[in-house]
This record gives sequence, structure tokens and C-alpha cells, in this order.
Amino acid sequence: MKETRGKIYGVAGPTVLVKGMAGPVMNTVCLVGKQGLLGEIIRIKGELVTLQVYEDTSGISVGEEVISYGIPLSVTLGPGLLTGIFDGIQRPLEKIRQAAGGFITRGIKFEALDIDRLWEFTPLKKKGDFVEPGDIIGTVQETERIVHKIMVPPGQSGTITEIKTGKVSGAEYVCMLEKGKFIGLFQEWPVRKPRPFAAKLPPSTPFITGQRVFDTLLPVAEGGTAIVPGGFGTGKTVVEQSIAKFSRSDIVVYVGCGERGNEMSEILSDFPALKDPTSGLPLSLRTVIVVNTSNMPVAAREASIFTGITIAEYFRDMGYSVAMLADSISRWAEALREISSRLEEMPGEEGFPPYLATQLGIFYERSGKVRCLGTDNRTGSVTVISAVSPPGGDFSEPVTQASLRFAGSLWALDPDLAYRRHFPAVNWLASFSLYQAELNDWFVSEVAEDMVKLRGRLYSLLRRQTELRDIIQIIGVEALQEADRLTLEVANLATEAFLKQSAFSEVDAFNTYEKQYGILKSIFTFMESAEAALKRGVYIETILENPIRGRITRMKEFPNEGFSKKAEEMMRDIENEFTMLEEK
Amino acid sequence: MTIDLIKREYRTISSISGPLIFVEKLSGGSLGEMCVVELADGEKRTGQILQLMGTTAIVQVLQGTSGIDSDASSVLPTGETARIGVSKELFGRVLNGFGEPIDGLPPIIPDEYLDINGLPMNPAAREKPDFFVQTGISAIDGLNTLVRGQKLPIFSGAGLPAKELALQIVRQAKVSEAADFAVILGAMGITSREGFFFRKSLQEAGALERTIAFINEVSDPTIERLFTPRIALTVAEYLAFEHGYHVMVVLTDMTSYCESLREIGSAREEIPGRRSYPGYMYTDLATLYERAGRLKGKKGSVTLMPILTMPDDDITHPIPDLTGYITEGQIVLSRALHRKGIYPPVDVLPCLSRLMGLGIGEGKTRDGHRTISDQLYSAYARGMDVRRLVTIVGEEGLSDLDRKYLAFADEFERKFVGQGEADRSIDETLDLGLELLKSVPEREAVRRK
Repeated sequence: MKETRGKIYGVAGPTVLVKGMAGPVMNTVCLVGKQGLLGEIIRIKGELVTLQVYEDTSGISVGEEVISYGIPLSVTLGPGLLTGIFDGIQRPLEKIRQAAGGFITRGIKFEALDIDRLWEFTPLKKKGDFVEPGDIIGTVQETERIVHKIMVPPGQSGTITEIKTGKVSGAEYVCMLEKGKFIGLFQEWPVRKPRPFAAKLPPSTPFITGQRVFDTLLPVAEGGTAIVPGGFGTGKTVVEQSIAKFSRSDIVVYVGCGERGNEMSEILSDFPALKDPTSGLPLSLRTVIVVNTSNMPVAAREASIFTGITIAEYFRDMGYSVAMLADSISRWAEALREISSRLEEMPGEEGFPPYLATQLGIFYERSGKVRCLGTDNRTGSVTVISAVSPPGGDFSEPVTQASLRFAGSLWALDPDLAYRRHFPAVNWLASFSLYQAELNDWFVSEVAEDMVKLRGRLYSLLRRQTELRDIIQIIGVEALQEADRLTLEVANLATEAFLKQSAFSEVDAFNTYEKQYGILKSIFTFMESAEAALKRGVYIETILENPIRGRITRMKEFPNEGFSKKAEEMMRDIENEFTMLEEK
Repeated sequence: MTIDLIKREYRTISSISGPLIFVEKLSGGSLGEMCVVELADGEKRTGQILQLMGTTAIVQVLQGTSGIDSDASSVLPTGETARIGVSKELFGRVLNGFGEPIDGLPPIIPDEYLDINGLPMNPAAREKPDFFVQTGISAIDGLNTLVRGQKLPIFSGAGLPAKELALQIVRQAKVSEAADFAVILGAMGITSREGFFFRKSLQEAGALERTIAFINEVSDPTIERLFTPRIALTVAEYLAFEHGYHVMVVLTDMTSYCESLREIGSAREEIPGRRSYPGYMYTDLATLYERAGRLKGKKGSVTLMPILTMPDDDITHPIPDLTGYITEGQIVLSRALHRKGIYPPVDVLPCLSRLMGLGIGEGKTRDGHRTISDQLYSAYARGMDVRRLVTIVGEEGLSDLDRKYLAFADEFERKFVGQGEADRSIDETLDLGLELLKSVPEREAVRRK
């Protein structure tokens, strides 16, 4: 690494201009000024070098010194990431709190991971074994929930000449290869460079969120991408948080990018107390939080999603299924815009730089299901779910549009549904999932043979609901034909009993596919029985007044355990009720 | 502000543009540093370095550049960032938008000087806000509950009674608190009539000795408005986290603030964003709004209630839009309700309190609060649908059920929302809600337990 120095020539907002650097390298980090603030080289133009600075620049003077060591912006990967909370450039916020109190003072520095902490290392390889990149040489029980696998870093290989066992710290080596090469518990990785893997795999399994409207109607595959655009107050953050809490993933990386501090404090205080549905252990044990709230420096906000996805990729490389939640990608794009405008670059649409879509594409494509490096052929995945905050709730803006090109699922949130407190406020007709066809086989074999068919019926029912509602707007509900009236009521029942789901109710927050299928099947059993009764000559009022409808609505209040039995009972009851209904 | 006399003054103003002056051959100045700008006739103005490029500094002048000439005027960097002297002596005082007393009383002797930009609160040090604040307003307490440490703006329109509502909240929220309650008013670009109204109302409420007012009127310098909320929030943080006060900060009108921001942006020839507001307005507003909150291990809290005027009542305008994306909900006022004579004219459907879940329920408000609130929302939303339907199909086309919802919507607006000056307890609010819900059928109100 070569060291080079220069002097500050200009300061404007988060950017600093430097003169006199010999051989500066793009995207390498620098220490800026007397306070040693962290910056990154983002433009080299003749002798003028432009840096984006990851901390507030006020107080910086012209003439102060800048030092670059030629290292790209990197994160430290290793045991201690889980349960951690980091800012956009991976500074440990808990340590900063202990040292500086309630506020983040400028120029404060700490190692991302505690280098002195001792970990119990269990070797899986022995002296004389030949190892390649990605091979697991041993494990560390990082938290009660997660085994951290110590891998041979990309680019290293050789025969093991020594391997330790027992207590090891991040400062030591755990394994020595021939020619004196070391492997430690920690490795560094540049955030802007995707971590390598053996091969990308096609999506074939769903990423289970436990939310009916997503899992059944708009599934996202493991290793896929979903975007959640919505105006303010439509519940983007609640969707992201529910997925962080209940999704069936091994690891959750939550990136709070340019969002609210109080929401983060909610996550921080809730996650240690909430139990993860699979293991029953606290959620925090599988979670890494990266948070750069809206009032924290804007350049670090830009870096935060890359920090987050690099950590996600690292756990993917161990063979885990990782959920990377970004709230919100629009704030990242705005940070990009702000820096671009300070560079006086020619603006594209809405002032965003012309490379917005390219950068977004690079980020989204770091998701995926992969065969990891290493000889054991393990697979891992990173599923990206990102919130998008379109100005004025208008989806035609550049960030939403660019995200749409890369996303496999669109979960469009609708203020009208949010106003009536229908959550998740997903507009089912405006949303889509491109994974449906790829996942159909899984649904048929793992959920139920008629699951895909039922989903199709639900779609047509909901489309019909919109048509009928339009008609009512003109002629009034009383003028509808009885069959149509029934269809509308069943559609309303599906909306209420199936699509609407409370993130705050203990039993309803996470639904297994068994439960989702059970409710869906009951709704269509009701529809068939009611249609038959109507044909037989039963009054529509009699059908609609039957309390069985309310019971279906309350099915979501049953727990997941043993739901199919409950659903069978319900369907039997529905059929019985309807055969008993008297004709006109 | 102390002035280091050894420092050189610069008579090198090369250009003057809007509120900005460009100073050449300036050495050693730092970003954000305050300067004294002295005019030929000896008048002193306050400036701040906004940008440094080589030896050229761009300085914004708070009082404007009118009368500044490039030959005889001088610029003297002070070596200080923008700071405010704070002390508990500030209670009961009225100051201008830059923190200087305008009430004719002697200057304040500060305990310490604090940088008005503050520092970002460490997310890991934040305490979860979960303490219910009873405002006495049903539409807020019942449906969009406010908690300590929250930032909840009022989205108003020209001529709507946002300031009256804010004062009613300040007045009534005070009652449930003990002596550790403080109000800070940061007024930007308000008319002198509004200034009188605020002072009079606070006095009548007996809250003046608990209040600190920073007032920048329409006729005061526009650039000063960029400092006013920062000063108000710095004092709030000081009182909350040094002295344990529960501080309610009312900032009005954020629209004036944003216009000043736009003025500076355009004077700096920046690339404008939506509706020519600067592209960094989100970040800039966030550095204000995010200063609300609580800290672990500290007793006090900063609760923020910004008021903004939506130009042409447009909620998608960048000012309300960016605000809504940062704050924890919003209280939206409706012109239609105001015309009907309903006060407070709270348009409950687009209102939201994101932190409501933390502040309600057993032990805080009462068990079943969420259910009542959800049912009221559902029923009112349905009533509003019917009201729209009536304009097309007429009352005759309605089913009996629809009629019930229509009647419910009317009653809800009149009784629940339109409470006037009454101060309702949370129990009164929830009981009234339950009473109103009786008129809609049980089977239909599926949310009811």
C-alpha cells in the first residue's frame, strides 16, 4: 500500500477538494484534515482530487492535510457481526455510545469488530489438508443461534501447516498455510466489490415471509429481489420490519438507510426480546443492523447499502439464507444525487445522476442464490427486499422506475388502503411477481396440489371485485344481480380474511403456508357452497346473514399449529350450514 | 460571540449576489465559520462561510447584502462556528431568530455556548419513545396518539387554524405534566399578528414562564430563518438532556424555512431539485426533525411539532412530502371540515402517528384502544365512500347499511373530531368512540372484538 499526501483546496458540503496528491487511486479512503475524518476519492481531475467525506465537514479549513493509504473502503468480516449495530461505514455504534454518550462526535474511531474478544474455535481441517478459497477450516459458535464458519478468503489456497483449536482472538491467526500465509478469524473486503461465488443458481424455492399477500399472491424467491414502493405512511417500514422479524431466513441484515432514528430504537429494543419463529431464540442473535439515519452524514448513507450487502454476501458464502432489508433505497439514491450535484455533474432525470440505474442494477444484482466457493458445494442466498420512497407517492419517478427494471417482485403500497387501515397496504392488482412460474412446482409439491389453481382463482376474484366496485359507483349496490352481489361479497371476504394481516397480532403476524392454504381454501369452499345455495333458490340475504362469514374472517386468529385440522372443520361447517339453508 | 482581534480582516469582496458575498484571498477560514461583515458606515452584520474554493470563500450574510460595497466593506472571520449561549435564564424570554433578546430585558448570561448544528444522535443511544402524551384532542389521542420524543407535524393550509391547534395542544398537554415541562417556540417568517397571538395565548395559558420564544417575523432577514430552528432545537436539547425537562418544540412555519433554503440554493447557482427546492432538502430537514427524541439514561425528552403550510393544500408538494417522509406521522387539516365550521378541522384519514403503537394499550391508555381506533377508521372510511357515492347515485340508490355509515361519518365529524375548545381525557375520547360505533352494525364491523 502506498501512502500519499495532499492539501485541502476547497470544501463544499460533504465534498472536499484536494491538491498535491501523488498518484491518487479512485475509490480509496483518505484521512481528512486535523480531525482525521474518513473520506473516499470519487474523482480525479488533473491535480484536483475530489473526496466524499463520511462525516460532517464543518470546521475544515483550506490547507489542512489529507493522507491516503491506497486502500479501498472495506468492511471487517468475522465473528461479532451478529447482534452488532454499525453506521454506514461500519463504525460500531454501541462502542461509540459507551465512549461518547448520546451523540456521535466527529472523528471518533473504533474497530468494527472487537479484536481482543476470544472465540472458541473448532477446527474442521487438520495439518496437511489442502484448502481452497471458500473451504471451511473451522467454526465458531458466534451466537446461540448461528455457527460462524471460518472460510479460506478468496485468492488464498495451500496446504495447512498449522491449525489452532480453542480460544482465539481476531488479532491472531487460526491457521497457517505453507509459505507462511495466515488465515485469521477476520477478513477485510472492499464494499464496492461483489464477493465471488462458484455459480449463480436459478430461483426455485420461495423466500417465506409469513405474510399471506406476499407468500401466496406475490411470492419472492430465495435469492430474488422485491421492491416495496409507497408514499409516506403506507407502511413500508412495517413491511420491512415484519420481514426482519418473521421471515424464515437464517440471517437478517437490516439497513436503515437515511431513515428515522426512533424506528431504529424500536428495532434495537424489540429484537432482543422477540423470539425468532424457527428457533425460539431472540431475533437479535441472527441479525446485523447497519444504520445511517437521515441526519447522519450523507456520504456514509451512500456507503451503507454496500456495507450491508457485503455483510449479507459474507454470510451467504457460509451457506446461509440471508435476507437483506434496505429501508430505503430512495434515500441512498438521494445521497448519490447530492454528491453528484456537488461534483457539478450533468444531471439526468429529476437531478439524479445518469448512472443512477447502473448503480442500482449493480446493487440489486448482488442478490441471488449461489453455489458458494469451496469444495463442499454448499448453497447460500441473499434475498434483497428494499423499500422505495417515491416523492409524492408518484411511481413514475426515476428511483422507482429504475428499481422496477431489476426487481422480481413489486409490492406496491397504496395510500388509499393505508387510510382505511388495511395492512399490509399492498395494491394487489398493481403489484406483480415474476417468480410465480418458477415457484409453481414448489407450491404444488410442498403446499397443496391445488394451491396454484386457488391463487389463480383469487386473482380473478379480486379483478372482478374492482370491476364490480366501478359498476356500483354508477348504478348503486342494490341494482347488482344477485350472482354479482355474491361475488363481490366473497371478494370482500377474501380482502378482509386473507389479504389483511396484522403485524402486531401475536398469532397473525406470521402464517405458515399450511395456514395460508387453509384460509384460502375455506374462502373458496364458502364461495362454492354459497353459489350452489343461490342457484338452489336461497335468498342472498339469508346467505350473507349467515354468521359463518364472520367465522372465516376470524380464522386468522387461530395459531399455525394444527391449522389444517381447524380448516377442515371449518369447511365441513360451511358445507353443513349451507345445506341447511332454506330455499325461498 | 467573541472576536479574536489578532485575526485579519479582509477587504477583498469580489462579487455580491443575493444574500451571498464572495471573499478573495481569504486564508485559514473554515467551513461554517462565522464572520463579522463591517460596512463602510460602521454597521456590523453577521456572515457564515458556506463554501471554500482555494482562497475564495462564499459567505452568506444573515441581514442581507443590501448596502454592502465591494471596496470599503470588510469581512472578519471570528474563528467560531455558529453558537448559542444557553442557560435556564432563557425561560420566559423572547428572542429574535438569531437568539438575541428582543424583549427589552438585559442580555442573558450563558452557562455555556453550544454549536447550533448539534451532533447526530447515536441511534444506539436512543430510548424508545413510549410515554403517552394526552393532548386532550380526540382526533389525536384516540386515533393518532402522540408520545414523548416524537416528531409529529401539522400539515395546514393557508387560513386553517393550525396555530390555534398547536397552542391548544401545548396548553392542554401541560396539565398532565409536572414542573419539568417546557415549551420552545421557533417562529420563522410569521406575521406580527401571529407573533402577538402566540405571546398572548401562551400568557393566558400561564405557560409564559415555561416558554422560550425565538421569533423571526416576515420583515426580518430571511437568512436568519435558517438559524432559528437550529437555535430552538439546541436550547431544547440542552434543557432536555442537561436539565431533564420534557420539551415541546413548536416550529412554525416550515414553509418559510424551506423558502429561505431555496433562496440560498439558487444564489449559489446549485442545480435545483423538485419545484426548485434544493436536492439536499430532505437531508437538511432531517438534521432538524431528527433532533427530537429521548436518550438512554437521561430523564428529559424533545418532542417536536413543526407546522407547515401546504401550498395550495397540496400534500404532494415537496415541503409536506419530505417532511412526512422524515417525521413520525402527520396531522392533516382539512379545508372542507373548516368550511363546515368544525374545529379542530382534522382530516383523520390521511393522519398518522407511527409511534402510536408504543404509547397505547393497557397501563398507558387503556386495553382495546387499538381496536376502537381501527374500527373508527374503517367505519369512517366507508362512510366517506358512501358520501362520494351519494353525489353520483343519490340517496335513493343507497342500501340501509350505507345510510347508517353515512350518518356515522356525519356524527363522527361533528362530535368526535369537532370538539371545539374542550379538553377531553383519553377515557372520554374512547368512550365517545365506542358510543358512536354503536350506530354501525356489529356484523359489519369485523374489527370489533
